[in-house]
Amino acid sequence: MGKVHIEIDGQKLEAEVGSMIIEVADKADIYIPRFCYHKKLSVAANCRMCMVDVANLPKAVPACATPVAEGMVIDTRSQKAINAQKAVMEFLLINHPLDCPVCDQGGECELQDLSVGYGDDVSRFTEGKRVVKDKDIGPLIATDMTRCIHCTRCVRFGQEIVGIREFGATGRGEHMEIGTYIEETVESEVSANIIDLCPVGALTAKPSQFKARAWELRQAPSIAAHDCLGSNIFVHHRRGEIIRVVPRENESINEVWLSDRDRFSYQGLTEGARLLNPRIKRNGEWEDCDWQTALNLVASEMKRIIGASNGNDFGILMGNNATTEESYLAQRMLRKAGSNNIDFRTRRRDYTGDGRGSVRSGMNFPMENLDTMDATLLIGADLRHEQPLTALRVRKSTGYGKAMAINPFDGEYNFRLSNELQPKSNMLAQEFACVLAAADALRPESLNAEAKEWLDGIEFNDEHKEIAQNLIDGEASCILMGVYVQEHPQAETINWLAETLASVTDSDWGYMTQGCNAAGNKIAGAVPCQSAAGGKSEQGKTAKEMLTEGLKGYMLVNCEPDVESIWAEQALQNLKDAEFVVALTSFADGRVPDYANVMLPIAGCYETSGTYINVEGKWQSFAAAVKAPGEARPGWKVLRVLANLLDLSGFEYESSLQVINELREKFDAVGDVRVARKVPPPMMVVNEQETNRECLGLYMVDPLVRRAGALQKTPKASTHPISISRVKTR
Amino acid sequence: MTDFNYDQTLHLKNLLSPDAIAEIDGWIKKYPPERKRPPIIAALKVVQEHNGNYLTEELMQAVAEYLDVPHIAVYEVATFYSMFHLNEVGKHVISVCNNISCSLRGADKVIEHLQNRLNIKVGETTDDGVYTIKTVECMAACGGAPMLEVDKVYHENLTEEKIDQILSDIAAVELNSKEMSNVEAKD
Ligand code: SF4
Ligand code: FES
Ligand code: FES
Repeated sequence: MGKVHIEIDGQKLEAEVGSMIIEVADKADIYIPRFCYHKKLSVAANCRMCMVDVANLPKAVPACATPVAEGMVIDTRSQKAINAQKAVMEFLLINHPLDCPVCDQGGECELQDLSVGYGDDVSRFTEGKRVVKDKDIGPLIATDMTRCIHCTRCVRFGQEIVGIREFGATGRGEHMEIGTYIEETVESEVSANIIDLCPVGALTAKPSQFKARAWELRQAPSIAAHDCLGSNIFVHHRRGEIIRVVPRENESINEVWLSDRDRFSYQGLTEGARLLNPRIKRNGEWEDCDWQTALNLVASEMKRIIGASNGNDFGILMGNNATTEESYLAQRMLRKAGSNNIDFRTRRRDYTGDGRGSVRSGMNFPMENLDTMDATLLIGADLRHEQPLTALRVRKSTGYGKAMAINPFDGEYNFRLSNELQPKSNMLAQEFACVLAAADALRPESLNAEAKEWLDGIEFNDEHKEIAQNLIDGEASCILMGVYVQEHPQAETINWLAETLASVTDSDWGYMTQGCNAAGNKIAGAVPCQSAAGGKSEQGKTAKEMLTEGLKGYMLVNCEPDVESIWAEQALQNLKDAEFVVALTSFADGRVPDYANVMLPIAGCYETSGTYINVEGKWQSFAAAVKAPGEARPGWKVLRVLANLLDLSGFEYESSLQVINELREKFDAVGDVRVARKVPPPMMVVNEQETNRECLGLYMVDPLVRRAGALQKTPKASTHPISISRVKTR
Repeated sequence: MTDFNYDQTLHLKNLLSPDAIAEIDGWIKKYPPERKRPPIIAALKVVQEHNGNYLTEELMQAVAEYLDVPHIAVYEVATFYSMFHLNEVGKHVISVCNNISCSLRGADKVIEHLQNRLNIKVGETTDDGVYTIKTVECMAACGGAPMLEVDKVYHENLTEEKIDQILSDIAAVELNSKEMSNVEAKD
């Protein structure tokens, strides 16, 4: 694109042809007041706050809707500009209530700020102000629509970014209202972003309503812990009490958005039943005790069980929010103590890929590239419920590119699919193989003999061919596998198919993973097949073996297998039957107290320092935003002390930073080694029963989210996002 | 967007006559298939005509489903244009403009006179279900302000006499049609 030369407030600037004055000014840090303009939304130009003075134009013009032109001279502070801005402000304030003292937005309100700059101190408007009835749009967003200034950011967000239009502007003139018309709960999984977008106090966060004033809050940067993106956030707290969580801009991960799950999960910490003291169960009764007593008991029981069974009968299960430091220490401690039974994949059925693929699992390309794919093929991926923000990125790409899906369920998509296949759940690998066969027919020179032999006899139809062709035609194309695939009994076959198809069609590939730190857990070595940084390990027991075959002793680190594992019932029974269960947990409720013998209170998310490694392999460390309540301590410290009590050497860490640096060094020394996947054994048809699963719902994924009150009241909490029951006859 | 639990008995085809559906389909065909919102106005007009001159939530939703647009997109149109009625109305809806030009030229008096003559307030319908008074936004007849519209006819430069004339014309039409139906009933 060409460049033009303009001048704003005397500053000479170079700008892209076609960009708007406001964009250029923003880049040069020249502030122009605005309400409706937002860099992620289309230009609506309906608030008129951004008036500027352009030389040789008779009237002031809106900076958000006026494209730059060669030689343009713009003045944002001339008398003409200021008069226009002041006039607009006077109009905006005509109907705006002056209820700032009782408004949650007060102190961080764009209208309040700008009226200080451009408003008059006395209003000339003496007529009655209009009042708009409030709407109940669900448990997450509080509305006060009398305050709305009709900037339509919320409407455009739904229409453009999410692709689900729930909000709209009804009525006309004085009677125009923003809302849902029929009172409806806003149902999208990213709905609360309109709270940040709303420049006034019309839309505010319900869970934190009237809890604090903006100026009382301090903010601490952190990382969200409920999907594998690792969205960047700020935790806002008042004197150590978490009040809310808001997005922290990171263009390459969450842009400026945040999923509702990441935004409101903190309520689990502030309102959940927290475990405040170490507890020991004696004669069936729970007794609080000190750390020393509890840890001594755990150490002696661990020694006893590991010693008696040669490491076989004790195992550790890491939960979905475990930090890399916790996982690293847990596996190191366990392995040194003589066992390799550690895993975090409580929802994995197929472990034949262990030791293959790369050390970390995830995507082989930056998430940002999803925005500009010409072709995206989803395999068993329910993006909206697994990683809501990736669905927004794929949606962006469908502006010009194609999205395709082979999903064995009735997916909900916020973008159009050009091709959709819906095999039965047990036929997912078979259906996918047809696409590879089609690709092979289109590009016969790419596959080796072994792979060709494997594909022999697999037939494909036109639809398969079209999907393969789209991947080949796309200059940028990718294959994205959902969490569902990793839970499938033929996960490894599907992984091989994806990577092979990617190489035949010159596409990128990626697996979306369970929890927020699958990559971190794997690199840390919290898997039975390899130790830290892909180091060698004798094969230990997998999560499936530990949960279905039973062990004498378990350690659970913020993990509730009785809820979140695929084998929940068996897991519950085996945990109850075990001789000794120690749970490192932030919570005192749930079924853990039924089967645990010792409960150790550990800090929850935002209360501990740590590192999450996201699905693209980005290491993101964070400090504790607030202190954990009561006697709760960060998990890594508890594990470190426990290792000392087990008389293991090399556990002298004084900070979590030392822990992660040690791992980082190990990892950097070897890098992300890839072991090629093997051509799978001939395809078998698995029993449909084995693939049907009760899925983990959007708001069920980890102990914290399950205790987040407001999220649990949304309609999305009660429905299982994936209904596999629908059988397609073809 | 399409609601998965959508009740099929509320399908537009089950709420309207085949003729009306054909008329709507005709409108849909006038626009490129990917442009789904342009036919909303036309479809609502057809639906309103077939539903005793007003729209219901149910009907608006059915239109949205039929045209494959978000429900809210239909509500936006229906609430914006004053020719759509969201409640039951009388046979003759008298729409008085009360925007700036008409207001300056005495729209208030027009409304007052109408209210006195018909003994109802703006937004109300006479007991016999014949008249409704409604205020509307500018109808682009400012040059003839004050103005009103009834039965698709604009009446401009209103005076009390003109209004009385309009009302008696409507009354005459009403009387006529009553007699006609009496005759028909006798036959
Ligand atoms: S509710 Fe807020 S974001 Fe939506 S139109 Fe009104 S002021 Fe703008
Ligand atoms: S920001 Fe330019 S018109 Fe609203
Ligand atoms: S103001 Fe009444 S017609 Fe324009």
